[in-house]
Amino acid sequence: MTTLAGCVPTSTRGLWVTGVAAAAGWAGLYALNEWVWDALRGALPASARDTHAVAAVHFFLYDVTKIALLLTGIIFVVTVLRSFLTIERTRKLLGGRREGIGNLMAGALGVAAPFCSCSAVPAFIGFVSAGVPIGVTLSFLIASPLVNEIAIGLLWGTFGWRVALLYVAAGYTIAVVAGFVLGRLRAERWVADFVKHPSLVASSGGAPLALAEPRLTPRRRAQAGIAEVKAILGKVWPYLLVGVGLGAAIHGWAPTDFFAAHAGADNPFGVLVAVVLGVPLYSNAAGALPLLEALADKGVPMGTLLAFMMSVVALSLPEMVLLKRVLKLPLIASFIAIVAAGIVAVGYLFNAILG
Amino acid sequence: MQIQILGPGCANCVTLERRVQESLARLGISDAAVRKVTDYGEIAAYGVMKTPGLVIDGAVAVSGRVPEADEVDELLAAAR
Repeated sequence: MTTLAGCVPTSTRGLWVTGVAAAAGWAGLYALNEWVWDALRGALPASARDTHAVAAVHFFLYDVTKIALLLTGIIFVVTVLRSFLTIERTRKLLGGRREGIGNLMAGALGVAAPFCSCSAVPAFIGFVSAGVPIGVTLSFLIASPLVNEIAIGLLWGTFGWRVALLYVAAGYTIAVVAGFVLGRLRAERWVADFVKHPSLVASSGGAPLALAEPRLTPRRRAQAGIAEVKAILGKVWPYLLVGVGLGAAIHGWAPTDFFAAHAGADNPFGVLVAVVLGVPLYSNAAGALPLLEALADKGVPMGTLLAFMMSVVALSLPEMVLLKRVLKLPLIASFIAIVAAGIVAVGYLFNAILG
Repeated sequence: MQIQILGPGCANCVTLERRVQESLARLGISDAAVRKVTDYGEIAAYGVMKTPGLVIDGAVAVSGRVPEADEVDELLAAAR
């Protein structure tokens, strides 16, 4: 059986050559994307070219291609880089830190070392049982999904680096402050008991088990990158198609003044509504971004849009259900309330600055 | 041979288990006991913070990623 990962060259030289060729191919496709769809649209008779349906289909094809390419490139590069910062190393860096400094570091590490939500619980147990304060651990757990590489890359590709940087700064601040506040609330009261005293003796041997994993070779890192691209694209494509489809519909048909009137900068409840709408929406950055793009075109202010995106990715109900295993209800409730308040504040602040 | 697959049941854990079963068949190892560990407390007791994890004869061989098929082959062959 041949797979893409199996074709990764074994020699360092081969890895470099293949890597450079793949990067060049990627850049070529990315550059051609807009040109191809514009040319196809231009080939239509003049009467059809500017109809709503053609505008919507053009947006859909262009956007799906662009986002799929961006995701592929970003996920591969980030996965390879991230393979150098393991979660064990992260925990070592945070061990024994006091609150404050610890929260600042945890937020940064959460940005740099994201993990899938199914690892949130083992990571939480591992950090807390090693003596990392609860508030510091929570800063890490908030930053990780909130400021993830997919959101950053897509925002950069769509709205430019200023918006991406604002998003990172805002998400980081929310994670640090929310973790610090939750720590001050003496959150350790609300942590499931087995977390504080996990028996580090495994069922089989009796002695604590050590991690004895060998160092990864460059080839393994590249293979991990390919596997991650496949896994994430395989997971997000339905959201991506629905998101771009909705975006295309808004782009083609929604009247410009509808959103400007109901979710514009002068509507004081715009941000609040955006955050409340975002929580139950179980989507991800790839699904939310095309919507943002279309809504920005229709005059919805950037602060409102970023707040919506943050509430979609940071406050998801399935993750809360997972965390319920280790956190008691008052802590889950405080967690949601504090992070949501932070997101709303950021939304209004950005609308005030940018609008 | 005692093999544990650590993970709450996400897609990565399922892929890892499939690769292990395929690898065992390929290598002709018939005396292996494969067990899935889904309990968070037990996963944490292995010191694993990022799933999926692969434990062979009591030692954590891989955690936080799904190893490629040839890597699983190497790990299982070495433990035989």
